[in-house]
Amino acid sequence: MIAFNKYYNRFNILSVSLVIVSLLLLTFKGLNFGIDFKGGTLIELRSTDSKINVSSLRDNLSQMNLGDVSVKNFGNETDFLIKFENNENKNVIEEIKKNLDKSFGNSFNFRRVENVGPKVSAELLRSGVIAISVALFLMLVYIWIRFEWQFSLGAIVALFHDVIVTLGLFSLLGLEINLSIIAAVLTIVGYSMNDTVVIFDRVRENLRKYSDIKIFQLTNISINETLSRTLITSVTTLLALLSIFFFGGEVLKGFSLAMIFGVIFGTYSSIYIANTVLVRLNVSQKTVLREDKN
Amino acid sequence: MLYFSKLRIIFITLISLLFIIFALSNLFNFDNKILNKKINLGLDLQGGSYLLLEIDNDPVIEQKLQNLTVTIRNYFKEKNVRITNFKLSNQTLSFTSDENSKQTILDEFASEESELNPYYQRFKSHQLDIVEENNFFKVSFSKQGIINLKTSSQDQALEIVRRRIDEIGTNEPNILKRGNDRILVELPGLDDPMRIKSLLGKTANLTFRFVTNDTEGSFGAEKLEFEDGTEEAIVSKRIILSGENLLDAQPRMDTENNETVVTFSLDRVGAKRFGKATSTGIGKRLAIVLDGKVISAPVIRDTIATGSGQISGGFTFQSATDLALLLRSGALPAPLNIIEERTVGPDLGQDSINAGMIALLIGFILVILYIFVKYKIFGIITNIALILNLFILVGILTIFEATLTLPGIAGIILTVGMAVDANVLIFERIKEELKSEKNNLIAFDSGYTKSRTAILDANITTLLAAIILFFMGSGPIKGFSLTLGIGIFTTLFTVYFIARLLTVLYVSKNKEKEGLI
Repeated sequence: MIAFNKYYNRFNILSVSLVIVSLLLLTFKGLNFGIDFKGGTLIELRSTDSKINVSSLRDNLSQMNLGDVSVKNFGNETDFLIKFENNENKNVIEEIKKNLDKSFGNSFNFRRVENVGPKVSAELLRSGVIAISVALFLMLVYIWIRFEWQFSLGAIVALFHDVIVTLGLFSLLGLEINLSIIAAVLTIVGYSMNDTVVIFDRVRENLRKYSDIKIFQLTNISINETLSRTLITSVTTLLALLSIFFFGGEVLKGFSLAMIFGVIFGTYSSIYIANTVLVRLNVSQKTVLREDKN
Repeated sequence: MLYFSKLRIIFITLISLLFIIFALSNLFNFDNKILNKKINLGLDLQGGSYLLLEIDNDPVIEQKLQNLTVTIRNYFKEKNVRITNFKLSNQTLSFTSDENSKQTILDEFASEESELNPYYQRFKSHQLDIVEENNFFKVSFSKQGIINLKTSSQDQALEIVRRRIDEIGTNEPNILKRGNDRILVELPGLDDPMRIKSLLGKTANLTFRFVTNDTEGSFGAEKLEFEDGTEEAIVSKRIILSGENLLDAQPRMDTENNETVVTFSLDRVGAKRFGKATSTGIGKRLAIVLDGKVISAPVIRDTIATGSGQISGGFTFQSATDLALLLRSGALPAPLNIIEERTVGPDLGQDSINAGMIALLIGFILVILYIFVKYKIFGIITNIALILNLFILVGILTIFEATLTLPGIAGIILTVGMAVDANVLIFERIKEELKSEKNNLIAFDSGYTKSRTAILDANITTLLAAIILFFMGSGPIKGFSLTLGIGIFTTLFTVYFIARLLTVLYVSKNKEKEGLI
């Protein structure tokens, strides 16, 4: 049996610091919102001429008075991603096309064009925030129906930890937040909950079974009993996600990365956050039996 | 938990087979209407354009209030009520009257039978709101009035947008209302939406008006620029003809001048007016104005009584074709703005399909190998369930002809990763049970029973997330939540029916064997 409980304190300190750092990052550095949430234009180009590179493309576009243009390679040397804020310039894509054709010859294929107006991006951001809030709220309701309040609190603390730290990591690394990241965060919420609930189920079962074991020891027993399941499921989910990350194409990279972080944090938090909340609230057999009587 | 009746086994087999056949129908062509269903590919996979258009209703509201000015004046004139100082600003019409008439005006606006201010019985609301302060009146559209106005301009705009897109002849466009002032257009297979965008961006409000020098005339005049920006003209506000009078418009090569023109023919009313205007206005210039810009302003040389004519204006064949198309399909009630556009080229779509399929295949193989190494014979059972899970999931998507997006494929891959969770929970529990229980059958039975709540919990939490995503998410994200959500049901089915059935068959043949799992 692994003594997970030996490290409860240390990992709690680590998690609290991670959450604080993440919150600081989110407040001061903020998130790198993509055009879905900030508005603007995104163009994915593929060139047939290998001589064209990021800087020549950037030089060309900077003459077009588009404001702050970001140009970078996307996946490989001949694919480019261009992003800029589009201030009401309606036919800008047509102009860019003409301009590039003039300067480089017809050597570009416009693979993807996305243009999101300021009104739509504000709405998308709002509905994303609402979606995550509703998800957290529903999980809260579900767990509240299923378990005693101490367990609910533990699960929710773990959940917030996972979401905040994942977003903090995205802020730290400057990774882009777009619609698919919202989907990833929601899936993380589901996954983290799922992991926590499986361990809690076992804790509650053991609480009924043993009246003489303290919660500090009991959580450790429960973690160990469910450990192989926790690991196997995490591994299969990670295998699937790594496969999306490496082979699923550029579009899904951010999504799968967020999910990979989320699964790792989710697994960690159900062991080291959710359980320690039970320990700190001094949950005992009475907690479970009182509920049963009701 | 371990008993299966014969009937049930047959039932499970039949259901599985049914879904497998549907899943396979994506690969083969069956000669059967019911069987020959296919999953739709989303715009991100097959390439295409997604446009969200917003109707700018402000000009419509202003126009309606402007028209109301005349109506109100005439209406109260009959009742001997004097109204003065009409002013229109900020979508509010204001006017003044005297103390004696105040109540009459307010009563007329408040009456449920009022012709001036229609009352919507259904919504218990008038079309207009009126506020009075010191004989100073302010009239504006009520909340319900605005909603009605928006709905009706949305209906009209939808019809015009559909006509314009149909004229271009793209395959299977999807044109839908969104809210009460937006229109969603999905154009599969279209990799260059420039032309459609420029066609949808034009209101196509066509008028024929005389060019004047007299800015004071009874209708007023305005200075308008020419389309090509070369000159300006003062054009009367009196409309001789408008686009509504057009029956048809076609691009044509005018061999005489060797240029492309748009020929048009007018309805009876239009032909009559056109004839009259051209007979009285010989020598004058008639401006052809489209969306506030003059296309051309030819001098009238002869009376045109045939009800047909042509517009020249230095067109290319393409621009003449587009103008004719716009004139044929009619004017939009209000300007449309493209507030969101997402276009994916067909080759990127194909790349995404390939990448998605490779990721699915590799993820699938990795998970299957891992599970086989972990559980050996029960790993094979889990894997059979997993493969069937995939087939059933694809089968269900096929039956409903659901739309598969790239995030949708990610959802399928994620389902593969998470689907084994239920079997893992069961098998781990059985292992624990076997430590204290020597009878294989009893251990397996209680393993299934005791793991059930955890499995349900796990799946309900994921399902909640998927449902929220489905209702809050847009486009591709919906595709993700769809596959993730359906994946939960197929997982539960394959775990509790297929994997369990196979487990039961194996265990009942090896009742006495030790270290079974």
